[in-house]
Amino acid sequence: MTNLAAVPPVPDTPPAPRVQARPAGFLVDLYSVAQRAVRQIPREPASVIPALIVPIFFYVLNIGALSKVTGAAAHIDFKSFELPVAVVFAVTGVSRASSLVTDIQNGYFDRLTITPVRRLPLLLGLMMADLALVMALAVPVLLVGLALGVHFATGIPGMILFVVLSGIWGLVFTGLPYAIALKTGNPGAVNASFVLFFPITFLSTTFVPKAALEGWLRTVATYNPMTYILAGLRALVSEPWSFPTVTAVGDAILAVGAFGLVSISLALLALRGRVRRP
Amino acid sequence: MPAKTPAVGSATFPGATPVPARRTTPLDDVGGGTGVGRGGHRPVTSAPVDSPAIVTEGIARQFDDYWAVDGVDLSIAAGEIYGFLGPNGAGKSTLVRMLCTLLRPSRGRGFVAGHDVAREPELVRLQIGVALQDAALDDRQTGRELLDLQARLYGLRRDVRLARVAQVLTLVDIGSAIDRQINTYSGGMKRRLDLAAALIHDPQILFLDEPTTGLDPESRAAVWTEVRALQRQRGTTIFLTTQYLEEADELADRVGIISRGHLVAEGTPDALKRTVGTDVIVAKVGELPNGALEALRSLAGVEDVVCRDDELMVHAGDGAAAMSPVALALHASGTTVKSLTLRTPTLDDVFLQLTGSHLQADEANTANSHDPSDPPPPVMASRQAAPAGTPSVPGGLA
Repeated sequence: MTNLAAVPPVPDTPPAPRVQARPAGFLVDLYSVAQRAVRQIPREPASVIPALIVPIFFYVLNIGALSKVTGAAAHIDFKSFELPVAVVFAVTGVSRASSLVTDIQNGYFDRLTITPVRRLPLLLGLMMADLALVMALAVPVLLVGLALGVHFATGIPGMILFVVLSGIWGLVFTGLPYAIALKTGNPGAVNASFVLFFPITFLSTTFVPKAALEGWLRTVATYNPMTYILAGLRALVSEPWSFPTVTAVGDAILAVGAFGLVSISLALLALRGRVRRP
Repeated sequence: MPAKTPAVGSATFPGATPVPARRTTPLDDVGGGTGVGRGGHRPVTSAPVDSPAIVTEGIARQFDDYWAVDGVDLSIAAGEIYGFLGPNGAGKSTLVRMLCTLLRPSRGRGFVAGHDVAREPELVRLQIGVALQDAALDDRQTGRELLDLQARLYGLRRDVRLARVAQVLTLVDIGSAIDRQINTYSGGMKRRLDLAAALIHDPQILFLDEPTTGLDPESRAAVWTEVRALQRQRGTTIFLTTQYLEEADELADRVGIISRGHLVAEGTPDALKRTVGTDVIVAKVGELPNGALEALRSLAGVEDVVCRDDELMVHAGDGAAAMSPVALALHASGTTVKSLTLRTPTLDDVFLQLTGSHLQADEANTANSHDPSDPPPPVMASRQAAPAGTPSVPGGLA
């Protein structure tokens, strides 16, 4: 028989104060959500290690296979030319969107929305964690490049800007998987969002300079923000500080901003739809 | 003993039921400290005794062309355990999700702690704790991390958070596993951690949506103990949905029975059972010969006979006295009797009478064999020693 007799006796004591729950505030919400997301990262190494190994593998492979042909034909240092591509590979598409879908499916997202937490930090906190992760992923790829002999013409400041710009690109790209995650709550759809990575990264100046592109690919590359992001990153690697370098970096920042305007807007719209009580 | 009532908001609703007196205990020291400030404590203040904790007025929710909840009126007093009983799909969880601000009512209104769930969801959220049907946890955090995050989002200071985590852990008894990742927990531990997360901010009102579904008997008993302790020690109002008859019977001060989105009955478990009125002799039979039913109905003291599949339910004012005549009549009519049981009315009988179907056929028929810790329906052997209306006690007569 069920034992319900474990309740202690009720003594005659005055009432004690109850805990005062209250909204924690935007920054505490943001920090709390981001801290949880960052804490999860080392607990899921399977989701991080490939994001680090694959770009390094292809960077080394491409240099070995294409360096002589492409480098000689285009008169470029292919190691330096391809380093931004490797970093972009490392930072693009890495997000907590799959974890967000898990939260939605197992009800934890509901648990969070029943608390007084503001809704925006539920997304921005994850994105802050993503930013920290992708910048951390960019650094080892950068170090591999340096080890292979890449020289940063813009020095340490350029190197830092290189990592930051790459990280922000990685951040704005996460808007797409987050939008899909929040809209669908479907892990399959989030995984499928990775296909967006291919046209954005490959229909561009990934392997050859823009001048070497022809026909439709050149046209597509002209309108692909990745072209300008790679150009800005390459300028930081290969060109000393100068007006053209600053212009290229400025174009890259504009391209990241334009892409982010679309992707983050989509994510915020999806968040609003998700937390709006049906 | 001093009687206090927890503050449950400023609204006083017309037609509200009296609020039970709130008792105080050592666990009132939860969190410790004094003073009201950011993430601190608020004093327990008196509220109007006629301020119900939960009120709904014709609340309803439509999904496409289907009304999952269709015009439910409730008034639940502060400090009360209210059991919301119904089969799967009856509308229990939909009502809970409306009251805890996850779903917007399609029609009608709901008030929790004096705040409108549709217009003031932020204020409602500060007053409620919720454990939904499936333990909503993040498997990749440790139990302590999850509780601390939960407490942060309720704006609790670090010292209060530490104290509250320690306090809820004494209540839900997770032990050293609290520092392990949740993916190593058993189902019962997850459910208890879910309850702890719902309690971390010391809510005045707690929603528990089928808190013991899928739990083993030991874990179920532990949750029952925790729910009782919360009511007695913290004066927490508890809205509990369940599909388990004995759970509602054991825990709830009052029970609402929901069927197909409608509240079909409400009252104390004993009062509801008294509406059925009579003892029930249940006979599992083989093929029923002609005239058997008539023979039973003609017996002195037998008020009604209901035949359902292979089950005969003989209602009698004094079941013990009618037992032998019923057995003899069945034998005389040539009926093969597989078992013969006498019991007092259960909430399932109430549900059967109101809706024409069993609430939970499997559980009602096999409580003994499936779940030894659950109190099975009462039977003659023990019933004689218990006063009328006493909740289920074990025993058997076959």
